[in-house]
Amino acid sequence: MSNVIRNIILGNRYFDSLKLMRVSSKIAGLEGVDKVSVVMATDLNKQILKEVGLFTSDIERAKPDDLVVAVSLKDAGDVDSVLDFVNSELDRTSQARSEQMSPKTLESALSMLQGANLALISVPGNYAKREAKKALEHGLHVLLFSDNVSIEEELELKTLAKSKGLLVMGPGCGTSIINNVPLGFANVLKRGPIGMVAAAGTGIQEVSCLIGNAGSGISHAIGTGGRDLSDAIGGITMMQGIELLEADSGTEVIVLFSKPPGEITAKKLTGLIADCKKPVVVNFIGIESDQEVEGGQWISASTLEDVAMAAIALVNKREVEQAVFTLEKDEIVATAEKEWHNFNQEQQYVRGLYAGGTVCSEATLILSDLVSPVYSNVPPRPELKMLDTKTSHGHVCLDMGEEEFTVGRAHLMIDPTLRQNRIIQEAEDPKTAVILLDIELGYGSHSDPAGALVPSIREAKKICVDRGGHLAVVASILGTYEDFQGYEDQRATLEQEGVPVMPSNAQAARLAALIASRGKLATTFFGGDE
Amino acid sequence: MMSNEKLLIDQELKIINIGLDSFYQDLKDLGVEVVHVDWHPPADGDSKMIDILDKLELL
Repeated sequence: MSNVIRNIILGNRYFDSLKLMRVSSKIAGLEGVDKVSVVMATDLNKQILKEVGLFTSDIERAKPDDLVVAVSLKDAGDVDSVLDFVNSELDRTSQARSEQMSPKTLESALSMLQGANLALISVPGNYAKREAKKALEHGLHVLLFSDNVSIEEELELKTLAKSKGLLVMGPGCGTSIINNVPLGFANVLKRGPIGMVAAAGTGIQEVSCLIGNAGSGISHAIGTGGRDLSDAIGGITMMQGIELLEADSGTEVIVLFSKPPGEITAKKLTGLIADCKKPVVVNFIGIESDQEVEGGQWISASTLEDVAMAAIALVNKREVEQAVFTLEKDEIVATAEKEWHNFNQEQQYVRGLYAGGTVCSEATLILSDLVSPVYSNVPPRPELKMLDTKTSHGHVCLDMGEEEFTVGRAHLMIDPTLRQNRIIQEAEDPKTAVILLDIELGYGSHSDPAGALVPSIREAKKICVDRGGHLAVVASILGTYEDFQGYEDQRATLEQEGVPVMPSNAQAARLAALIASRGKLATTFFGGDE
Repeated sequence: MMSNEKLLIDQELKIINIGLDSFYQDLKDLGVEVVHVDWHPPADGDSKMIDILDKLELL
């Protein structure tokens, strides 16, 4: 029997994308449902509905404030029960909202919260600048979680903010911690002496969690948005952040990291860092050592883990030590061998499937030194750009949090579907040897991110066994021992599936390379004979 | 006088959340003072009308 497509359009019923994703997931689990999409009728979403075959002509007239429920059913007889379910879910969501007595405008919100000092903005990108500008004009600092904000809009907002002595964290700022309050995707952390300013969301999570799990803490972590250090923006937020941490009595060590800054911005930044009276740890991800900006008084660290360890060492006034692996050599070599000794001859490539952009970039660089070339959708050099991100060839690190994957749907840290599918897809490629994963814990993230990937990991491993090989899956967890998902539970979930869990993303990438090399890289890591 | 930037980290955060409801819930659960704006696309999402609204607000 052929599928039946049914659409309902509900006028003036706005819900945020996360709520709609949850409703969609519940509907997708109903018997008889083939495909479902519950979205606001924006032009972009209409286009996506066309691409997934759920578009009908009546949707064309719907407005961005109208809700569309588009369902493809395996049997027409199911239509009524599915529609009843959709109605009850939406009523429940609406009811929960109406009980909160929320104001409709920023102005009325301000009258309800005397002394408000920060706006956390996560509306769709095409409305984000408008809301951020209003917030700045009312004297609020802004954390702009929304992406799809143009660089011109970013410059306008940051220039306005600076003139008023306000901060714009973002756009696309996934994580900040101010006064021990986690904003966006952040983790449970103690307050402590290390402050950071970074143009890297999952980078802030990785560094702050490594610091937290080592027993130290964070004073403030200011996310700047990924383009802040481009010459077009000139590092406006990072420079404000450095001055702020320099003046903050609770901050003893300042940590900065970002993709390499623009040339002009690097010079300005150098001057500012050189004037800092507090020790500064810097990691401009991907910058070659001979390109490093000269003259600054700082410690340069090459990985996010090195950044965290250097900051802790400076606080404790100890010598900075950097380790390739924190586990013993024998344990690392044995773990790797257990994985590679069942590979068949065809298996050779590492496939990094990342939810976090900064950790993906870091893994790409680490792997490039060990198993080069490594291709990516966000490569460090243009010649390593994947021609088609739908299919992997060679070693690959895929940032699946990029817009090309997430447009029209929730981020991978919330909705694991894309990665579940990609794990299977990579296993179906007989040349895949190792799948490398990041598992993000903390506020805003999926409640069981490791568990959500288990069925795919099992199926992927079975595909490889059936072919006479073995699939290695290596992971690291970006989270603290106090995060609500349970760090140890998440680790146990992965380890039960035969997934080695490394203490950092850098170490996970190195282990993946060691496994793919069938142990040959042991001499690179540990010296001596193979 | 203390700058506004410095005030951000020296004062307790009081947050206006505009967008994802889950951020509001997380902050509320942490005991942070937060108000959630029941945000809708302005002017039914009509970009020409939004431009006009913005210009009217400047008058």
